[in-house]
Amino acid sequence: MAATVDPRGRLETAAPAAIELRGISKAFGPVQANRDIDLRVERGTIHGIIGENGAGKSTLMSILYGFYKPDVGDILVGGRPLTIADSQTAIRAGIGMVFQHFKLVPNFTVLENIILGAEEGRLLRPSLAKARGVLRQLAQEYELNVDPDETVENLSVGHQQRVEILKALYRQADILILDEPTGVLTPAEADHLFRILEGLRAEGKTIILITHKLREIMEITDTVSVMRRGEMVASVRTADTSPEELAELMVGRKVLLNVQKAPATPGQPVLEIRGLRMVDGSGVERLRGIDLEIRAGEILGVAGVSGNGQTQLLEILGGYPEKGSRLSGEIRMNGTPLPLSGGACNAAERRRQGIGHIPEDRQAEGLIMDFAAWENVAFGYHDAPEYGHGPLMDRDAIRRDAEGKIARFDVRPPTCDLAARNFSGGNQQKIVVAREIERNPDLLLIGQPTRGVDIGAIEFIHKRIVELRDAGKAILLVSVELDEIMSLSDRIAVMFDGRIMGERLSGQATTGDLGLLMAGIDPASAPPQDGNAPAGHPSEDPKTPRVS
Amino acid sequence: MEKMPKWADVLLTPLISLVLAMAISALVILAIGESPALALTTMIDGALGSSYGWGFTLYYATNFIFTGLAVMVAYHASLFNIGGEGQAAMGGLGVALVLLSLPLPHWALALPAAMIGAALFGAAWALIPAWLQAKRGSHIVITTIMFNFIAAALLNYVLVNLLRPVGSMDPASARFPNETHLPKLSDMALSLGFEWGKNTPANISFFVAVAACVLVWLLIWRTRLGFEIRAFGKSEPAALYAGISPVRITIIAMLISGGLAGMMAINNVMGEAERLVLNAVEGAGFIGIAVALMGRNHPLGVFLAALLFGFLYQGGGELALWTSIPRELIVVIQALVILFTGALDNMVRGPLERMFMAMRKRGA
Repeated sequence: MAATVDPRGRLETAAPAAIELRGISKAFGPVQANRDIDLRVERGTIHGIIGENGAGKSTLMSILYGFYKPDVGDILVGGRPLTIADSQTAIRAGIGMVFQHFKLVPNFTVLENIILGAEEGRLLRPSLAKARGVLRQLAQEYELNVDPDETVENLSVGHQQRVEILKALYRQADILILDEPTGVLTPAEADHLFRILEGLRAEGKTIILITHKLREIMEITDTVSVMRRGEMVASVRTADTSPEELAELMVGRKVLLNVQKAPATPGQPVLEIRGLRMVDGSGVERLRGIDLEIRAGEILGVAGVSGNGQTQLLEILGGYPEKGSRLSGEIRMNGTPLPLSGGACNAAERRRQGIGHIPEDRQAEGLIMDFAAWENVAFGYHDAPEYGHGPLMDRDAIRRDAEGKIARFDVRPPTCDLAARNFSGGNQQKIVVAREIERNPDLLLIGQPTRGVDIGAIEFIHKRIVELRDAGKAILLVSVELDEIMSLSDRIAVMFDGRIMGERLSGQATTGDLGLLMAGIDPASAPPQDGNAPAGHPSEDPKTPRVS
Repeated sequence: MEKMPKWADVLLTPLISLVLAMAISALVILAIGESPALALTTMIDGALGSSYGWGFTLYYATNFIFTGLAVMVAYHASLFNIGGEGQAAMGGLGVALVLLSLPLPHWALALPAAMIGAALFGAAWALIPAWLQAKRGSHIVITTIMFNFIAAALLNYVLVNLLRPVGSMDPASARFPNETHLPKLSDMALSLGFEWGKNTPANISFFVAVAACVLVWLLIWRTRLGFEIRAFGKSEPAALYAGISPVRITIIAMLISGGLAGMMAINNVMGEAERLVLNAVEGAGFIGIAVALMGRNHPLGVFLAALLFGFLYQGGGELALWTSIPRELIVVIQALVILFTGALDNMVRGPLERMFMAMRKRGA
């Protein structure tokens, strides 16, 4: 039951909760997104909301922010009932929201973004001057340092997020909702964010943190609520629970959080990359001499903050380097050089060479969202002889194949006629993974295999990847989730600014060590540091890469 | 989760749009002091009430099927081909050159030869914008529009300076040889022993158009190429990931599209005028856009929408002939139909979807 817990264990006084939801339900057509939700968030606490994709977290927060109207139920803010008809009402009630995808105007300055929508009067100058003062004060209070005159597109992702937080604070938010805030941050940036949040809490602000990362919940929240299939299944004090228990509550069954795998037995090199360089269409050098080798029967994890060249590396290996880019260096697959440009450099040719590819963005690349599941099972392999005769496609053959894959990979719902967009993120990914893994490629490229995928499906996908490795295949795993890299890889290479900063055997790698490499600092060559310095404050950005 | 049953999306939405367009047309007719009921009966009588009316309706529909299919194929590759007008005009030139230069003894030989000529010229006219789009990123909407004007000017030049028979005052080619004249539907009916559509231009091209519908359906939904076209049309990054070449698909889709638009010439140039005249296309290329939109980019839809627009064309002509409703008003009515079925489609679909959702909720 939703216990009303004071974070510091003191006796609960009669002070009204910052936010209280009573019996909130919301349906979209036949889909019950939220069912009879009760939630109480105490003033001055950090409250985590955790749940799988589609559990209804975002719907609930959208109701709180006035994007949706609940079908039934009451919202109390500071003890008073409130009808939140739109986001303006929410803002006036002191609720601020930091979205997963920032809502910033890239070519406006920080200051202009802050006052956007909160301008006072017809002229901008007074508002800007006022905002500058407020910003200075906020920066001092909460370590929220951002240059107010910098253009937003020139800021690192971590700084852009600070601008979003500042926007909410400028509108005098007392209650801050953050939706998956760490998805795009380095470990150091995430640490800094958590310190900001702790500072806000100390000032009496209330924070609601939506995440699917159990580690973050354990690290920073005072209380946590778990959602499953539109219902609030538990609200507990964080100190009284464990990651295992939370995972089980989320999924509804026991989950193995760690990947079970035997030590790798690497064989012959399958992929060899020597001195790979890439200059993109606008003349920026994205890859600055990559050397990598992947052997049969091993998983090479490539860690790094997104935007450091991983995408370009995957695209080049997958056969579709960015239009207008120039490449040099050498890539050998099973000893044969792969073309880096020209007509033979395409994804279909790479597939014939035995390279499978689970792309970073399944919705934009891996699937055609409007195509039925069975069509997506053939996608990329639609020229395969077993899928047709001459120019015609054999729908029955593809359908049979799709049904088998859907059954073996436990795609739900198990219907191959449903359009890809109507599957949940995890099941979409299972379709892609089934298609690529069951082709039994010699080399499998994997980008962000579990981004936006729920815990149950993550466990399943990880198991399949390890099985493919054990079948003697080479696997290149690119992920921004350090946990995933560390638990799945046999060897870890860290990319920063288009280079491989270093390689570690997975047994010997530590988060701090990899975090430094991800920030572009080589611990081996760095001058000796005193005890706590390294992981602590790289936040004064050691050249944090820019988002593109 | 589908928001409403497929039949409602495909049939109900355009029907309601059509009724709305007719209602507003009725108001306009009322406003100028004429009777909407009389207008409607005149149109229906004139276009569908006799085999004579049908003969014209089917003739116009044939044109619109070709141009509608052309727009549709390009649309599946996410290319908006507005150049049907120019491609059909060039198709006419192809037909004229084939029929005037090759000694073809019989229409059964002349028809395939003319089809090839028409398709080649139409496709060639689409190739340049396609290449510019694929290689240089020049937007196909802009280039195909420009190519309409270039085609018109080119045809003007060719007709006046090259194809016009010596001594003729008319900017038109010589008449095609008699052996190459296509059988009219009325002739075909006569040979089967009944009289139908005497003195109407509907001809055997109508059946070619129907066959084209089937072939286009096969192409888009049953072939690997169609799969690639549709995949590319939905997502270019995904196409690249899957090894589908955007350049190749852009060019192939536009060649097919231009070829289909060009093939319209076997109906209007070869089947009806039997010589190449100036401005033979008469806007059918643009009507094709509305036909494809209303037909939901499906060949069956294109066929039905083409019939509707054939009816509007023929009925509109009758309206101008028999009532005092000015000709301009017919254009207004046609525009309203295009507006409602094409541009304002979502205005009808939104409420319909909500209605079906509510019904399903109550049923559940």
